[in-house]
Amino acid sequence: MIVWVEKDLCDGCRRCLKACPYGAIEIKEGKAEILDRCTACGACLEVCKAKAIFSDAEPKKIPDFSDHTGVWVFAEQRNGRLNRVCLELLGKARELGEALDQEVCAVLLGSRVSDLSQTLIRYGADKVYLVQHKALTHYRTIPYADAVEALVKIHKPNIFLLGASHLGRDLAPRISRRVGCGLTADCTELSIDPEEKILLQTRPAFGGNVMATIANRYSRPQMATVRPGVMVAVPTPDKKGAVVRHPFQITESRIGVKVLETVREKKTGSDLAEAKVIVAGGRGVGDAQGFQILRELADVMGGEVAGTRVAVEEGWIPPENQVGQTGKSVRPEIYIACGVSGAIQHRAGMMHSRYIIAVNKDPRAPIFQVADWGIVGDLHEIVPEMIRQLQASSG
Amino acid sequence: MDSIVLIKQVPDTTEVQLDPKTGNLIREGLKSIINPDDAHALEAALTLKDRFGGKVTALSMGPMQAIDVITEALGMGADAGVLLTDRAFAGADTWATSFTLARAIQQVGSWDLVFCGRQAIDGDTAQIGPQVADWLGIPQAAYVFAIESVNPKHITVKRRLEDGYERLQCRLPALITVIGEMNTPRFPRVDRLLAGCREKAPIRVFNAADIGVKTREVGLEGSLTHVIKTFAPKFKREGKILEGGKESVVRELIQRLKASEGATACRAFASACEL
Repeated sequence: MIVWVEKDLCDGCRRCLKACPYGAIEIKEGKAEILDRCTACGACLEVCKAKAIFSDAEPKKIPDFSDHTGVWVFAEQRNGRLNRVCLELLGKARELGEALDQEVCAVLLGSRVSDLSQTLIRYGADKVYLVQHKALTHYRTIPYADAVEALVKIHKPNIFLLGASHLGRDLAPRISRRVGCGLTADCTELSIDPEEKILLQTRPAFGGNVMATIANRYSRPQMATVRPGVMVAVPTPDKKGAVVRHPFQITESRIGVKVLETVREKKTGSDLAEAKVIVAGGRGVGDAQGFQILRELADVMGGEVAGTRVAVEEGWIPPENQVGQTGKSVRPEIYIACGVSGAIQHRAGMMHSRYIIAVNKDPRAPIFQVADWGIVGDLHEIVPEMIRQLQASSG
Repeated sequence: MDSIVLIKQVPDTTEVQLDPKTGNLIREGLKSIINPDDAHALEAALTLKDRFGGKVTALSMGPMQAIDVITEALGMGADAGVLLTDRAFAGADTWATSFTLARAIQQVGSWDLVFCGRQAIDGDTAQIGPQVADWLGIPQAAYVFAIESVNPKHITVKRRLEDGYERLQCRLPALITVIGEMNTPRFPRVDRLLAGCREKAPIRVFNAADIGVKTREVGLEGSLTHVIKTFAPKFKREGKILEGGKESVVRELIQRLKASEGATACRAFASACEL
């Protein structure tokens, strides 16, 4: 019982009955009685004139987490290949680890994946926790969650980062629930608060219209998924690290899920996340034909073509090539936005590009606010001119 | 095959406008809609019901006005609705939200499948589905875009991966998160909508006591993460508009690019260097 009535003090005034939002108090034999429905909200305590109602609820305290240490990164791999995002996360983890003077660890799950440990060390891991088991060959939620849960409970990390990939977004919430820690989705910035030494997790909300900084003061690890393409992988070629193997047991009956088949679909588009140059088109491109000249410019520059949501909805470009809040988040060296107005949803997906160039007829288009260099003009004239001059310069 | 569908009422963020001076979100006059992915989840449950029978219950948590999305769900063909509404639920992070929803699901009665949208457009976390599944201790299939078959013990689905898809057989009961690619949500029928607005409409409204939770376990108090700051996104860019004729502006642009740190990324410059 969290809320109770001292019967000797109660004068049966019924004030608490009226104050209770849940109908969880009854008067029996002239005295108030708290029912099972009570949610311990405390509304009755304030109104009791006789001071007959008590609660053992204490204000929420920030627990002592000094036994939690280390910055962990989940090393996502499929078919023995690491997802690039985990190398990006290691780069960030090193920075966070240095700010806290704590070690950086990677968590690697799979079967026959031990050779990936060295790659993780060469990108900043001091230690690799390696769990290998047949049941971990193909990603499945429950065995992966079980294995990571066990590691987290044994080693008590302070911070735990996962890529906000399909896999990471499937797995992280289950780990957070198991371990009982908060989880922040899809972060684009991470830093350590210099005073409190907690992880400040910044992410876009409301479709990228607002940035929110989130703290996780009440649980450990401080867990976050991070957008692919936002952090920077930093090679540490001469680094030495340790590989710590962990045993793992599971039965198929616990897993409940079978992967019947994995089908790789030939990409109609391209790997935008890896592209160094992206030429993007929006409504101003006008039609699918218009994307042809963007493709030519991309070819000359050695880049890829992308589009806004409008371009995808019009069918000018396939959905895999959509950049923005509901599409991909990209971080090329050069992003050339042609006929893109620069709606906030689109900007959310490309604002981390190194250089942004905008070509638009409308000088008031918001895209110019985020561009390094802008050209006010018709892309159907400007883009061919760019192709011509670039071809001339490359001889 | 009985299903519960989790639906959320959200502001239509595709129509969001920013205050040009402060850069803050203008919340007034924002239209409220069923979260788009959730509408696809509801359609998936209704399609199963059309084929195999069973009952579909739409479950939402929010302020009293969120009853509108329940009514809309009834209009589309859901058999019943549950609205979780309580001041104590407000301000919840995904930990507290998923806990509350899972408790409510256990309260609703028997079910084989829980459907939800992949993510909501106001938060974009995609965490609620998997967290609810874990509270319930059931398997999940996320990013589902097709249901191949269902039998009393299993469901076979296709789920989207970054570079293709996976065919997954999942034991029931299970939780499925649905992506927009899966279907086109049906329009509500007017007669059903009207029936859904009547006093006798099959909608139950639950508060914290009704689902047997303590107020400190839910809402802002029950949350493990807290927003400590919000701000408008900022961009630091040169913001230089190049002026002049077509040929000269393009020449200037290319010169600037060549001189920048981004030059090595461009194939056209690289070959120029080799020559």
